[in-house]
Amino acid sequence: MKIVICIKQVPDAKDVRLDPQTNTLAREGVQSIMNPYDRHALEEGVRLAGEQGGTVTVLSMGPPQAQEVLREAVACGADEAVLVSDRAFAGADTWATTHTLAQAIRTIGGADLVLCGKQAIDGDTAQVGPGLAERLGFPYATCVKKVLSCTDGVMQVQRLMDDGYDTMAVQLPALLTVVKEINEPRLPSLKGKMKAKKLAIKTLSAADIDADPAQIGLPGSPTQVVRVFSPQARGERTIFQGSVDEQVAQLARELQQII
Amino acid sequence: MLKIDAEACIGCGLCEDACTFAAIRVEDGLAVVGDNCTLCGACVEVCEEGALSIPRQEGEAPADLSSWSGVWVYAEYRRGRLAPVALELLGAGRRLADKRSVEVAAVLLGSGLQAADEGGLEAAARELIAHGADRVYLADDSGLADFSDDAYGNILAELVRQYRPEIVLAGATAIGRSFIPRVATMLAAGLTADCTELDVRAEDGALLQTRPAFGGNIMATIVCPRTRPQMATVRPMVMKPLARDESRKGEIVRIEPAAAWLSSRTKVLESVTAALDQVNLAEADIVVAGGRGLENAEGFAMIRQLADTLGGAMAASRAAVDSGWIPYPHQVGQTGKTVAPKVYIACGISGAIQHLVGMQSAETIIAINRDPEAPIFNVATYGIVGDVFEVVPKLIEQLQRRSDS
Ligand SMILES: Cc1cc2nc3c(=O)[nH]c(=O)nc-3n(C[C@H](O)[C@H](O)[C@H](O)COP(=O)(O)OP(=O)(O)OC[C@H]3O[C@@H](n4cnc5c(N)ncnc54)[C@H](O)[C@@H]3O)c2cc1C
Ligand SMILES: Cc1cc2nc3c(=O)[nH]c(=O)nc-3n(C[C@H](O)[C@H](O)[C@H](O)COP(=O)(O)OP(=O)(O)OC[C@H]3O[C@@H](n4cnc5c(N)ncnc54)[C@H](O)[C@@H]3O)c2cc1C
Ligand code: SF4
Ligand code: SF4
Repeated sequence: MKIVICIKQVPDAKDVRLDPQTNTLAREGVQSIMNPYDRHALEEGVRLAGEQGGTVTVLSMGPPQAQEVLREAVACGADEAVLVSDRAFAGADTWATTHTLAQAIRTIGGADLVLCGKQAIDGDTAQVGPGLAERLGFPYATCVKKVLSCTDGVMQVQRLMDDGYDTMAVQLPALLTVVKEINEPRLPSLKGKMKAKKLAIKTLSAADIDADPAQIGLPGSPTQVVRVFSPQARGERTIFQGSVDEQVAQLARELQQII
Repeated sequence: MLKIDAEACIGCGLCEDACTFAAIRVEDGLAVVGDNCTLCGACVEVCEEGALSIPRQEGEAPADLSSWSGVWVYAEYRRGRLAPVALELLGAGRRLADKRSVEVAAVLLGSGLQAADEGGLEAAARELIAHGADRVYLADDSGLADFSDDAYGNILAELVRQYRPEIVLAGATAIGRSFIPRVATMLAAGLTADCTELDVRAEDGALLQTRPAFGGNIMATIVCPRTRPQMATVRPMVMKPLARDESRKGEIVRIEPAAAWLSSRTKVLESVTAALDQVNLAEADIVVAGGRGLENAEGFAMIRQLADTLGGAMAASRAAVDSGWIPYPHQVGQTGKTVAPKVYIACGISGAIQHLVGMQSAETIIAINRDPEAPIFNVATYGIVGDVFEVVPKLIEQLQRRSDS
């Protein structure tokens, strides 16, 4: 089984906070990390390849420094790594991103299973998985929390819904997006780290993947960001004063009026 | 590429602060942009010297944009019930349509065999009309009883091709966020995710779609100038539905889906409702939430008691869920549920941005926290600085006493 994991390098959101005074972002040296959901996609891919036999290729579209997350993925069990990188990809929305990733997957010989994270923590759209599946002509399941089985070219998975979950059968080749509940990702192994250090990461340009110039980067993106701003802070607020009993009494009074 | 006008740049560093991606830096008094720039435009907006710009290539003149007209809402229907977001979207859609002087239509897909006792799909269609739809496209087929990305997506895409609406809205629910991206890809249309604000641009009638990104740290306004339809998923509990009006007139158009549209490469084997969470958190008027400050599962017994006293639902921060004190369906925030109740009471929750994005549109927010500097107080309407183990039991007692008298 040929498994491809899509991995995005994202800025680490952990230390990001809104400064309440200035209402701007307070960041302490933003670091780039592997999108947290993609770590779970990787783990599931490595697990399935071990169980079913097969190879795991990690794929990322991004600037040259996205190599770092690909190396980390190799240290955590991936066999091969491919970076699609070209200035022409900059500013891609999800439509342009899925064209690029689909072309890259075709270029490396296709896949039986593509795994993505549920969403990336920067763009936050959760649109790349389903869009990429459609570009590849694959069926898909989003927000998969458990893979139950994979036999005779059919996977059984549990997918989170707003009101519970659905158990479903999906024909391979297919694409799944995964949530964190699906597994506990392993840490890089020593052997993996050695391998990651030595591995040559295959880098593909827009021309290498035969990308359609009208479907990549900012010019190829139907959505355009016209404004970016900080969320508004709220208006008036009351912090109660006095003894705990007095404060609680005031709160109870307000609550009774609202309800 | 981001263009930097070296003549105009004074090296003030405002752009550096504005960039969420740490892609721009001031070096030797001049802004320098790195490869990881996503062209989001945040820095362009803040540069007071006008030194930054993103050159846009104008694509070939958009062909026949004006032949697309009307606002469509995908009306989610599951287990014999309309999702509340369907009515919210009709409210938003009506306002947009009135500005554009066009019609509002809803697309309703399902099977009449689901919960026919509640009136089934016909009743749901009438409900949509009473909430602002001029027309309801209704496909009633046993093949649509279970949600399927393939079947639902095929039908919606086919209807859009046929009737050419300029705007298509769907709820940013598990279902909407699953199949709408496929529909957008089939239609080669732009799609904006999880919007919290929608408006029409006065000059050209373009749909202005505003959404939080980066875990709610930034807001972005997005347009789709060259493609139709303009598609968006919209966060539940944000838009206001119109008041129900039985006298509204509308047409129900029945669709016979072709067999090919109904075929699906996936199959639902079992559909399980989470028994854990009988109260639907997203629809509760009063939500009482607990965080790490509750210290353990027993702490949540107190939260439940307060919720019961107020007739509300229980929620939690991720820290509390991760500690195993309360199951995941109760989590509110970026990676949990979004709620917008009348009252949200946060007990022992610090107010991390990832939590705030899930609850900050509550009408009244009450914070109980012993740290006066906790960020939760920045969004609170009322706050008590104190120990939850002292405040909450006293509050329960007060409320019970008041309701008794
Ligand atoms: C502020 C802002 C708002 C935006 N809003 C929109 C919008 O509403 N609509 C829109 O179409 N675009 C939008 N974009 C652009 C969007 O962020 C990019 O297209 C991005 O490349 C992919 O989207 P995402 O980060 O949301 O990924 P998601 O769709 O959330 O990612 C899901 C999964 O897809 C895979 N994946 C995503 N990107 C890559 C990659 N580069 N390489 C490998 N795998 C990947 C990963 O497995 C990831 O877990 C926005 C960008 C910004 C900066
Ligand atoms: C990608 C990502 C996604 C995330 N998604 C979510 C999400 O969906 N939902 C979410 O909630 N979080 C989410 N988080 C986590 C979030 O950043 C915070 O870590 C989390 O919300 C903190 O939970 P907390 O407020 O309960 O805990 P803490 O931050 O530890 O706060 C505990 C608070 O309790 C107070 N306290 C302690 N003891 C008492 C007492 N006896 N009386 C009164 N007050 C007391 C303390 O002063 C403190 O303010 C996410 C994080 C990341 C990186
Ligand atoms: S904000 Fe403008 S003037 Fe200031 S450093 Fe950045 S580019 Fe230069
Ligand atoms: S366009 Fe956005 S990502 Fe690029 S440098 Fe400016 S703020 Fe940073």
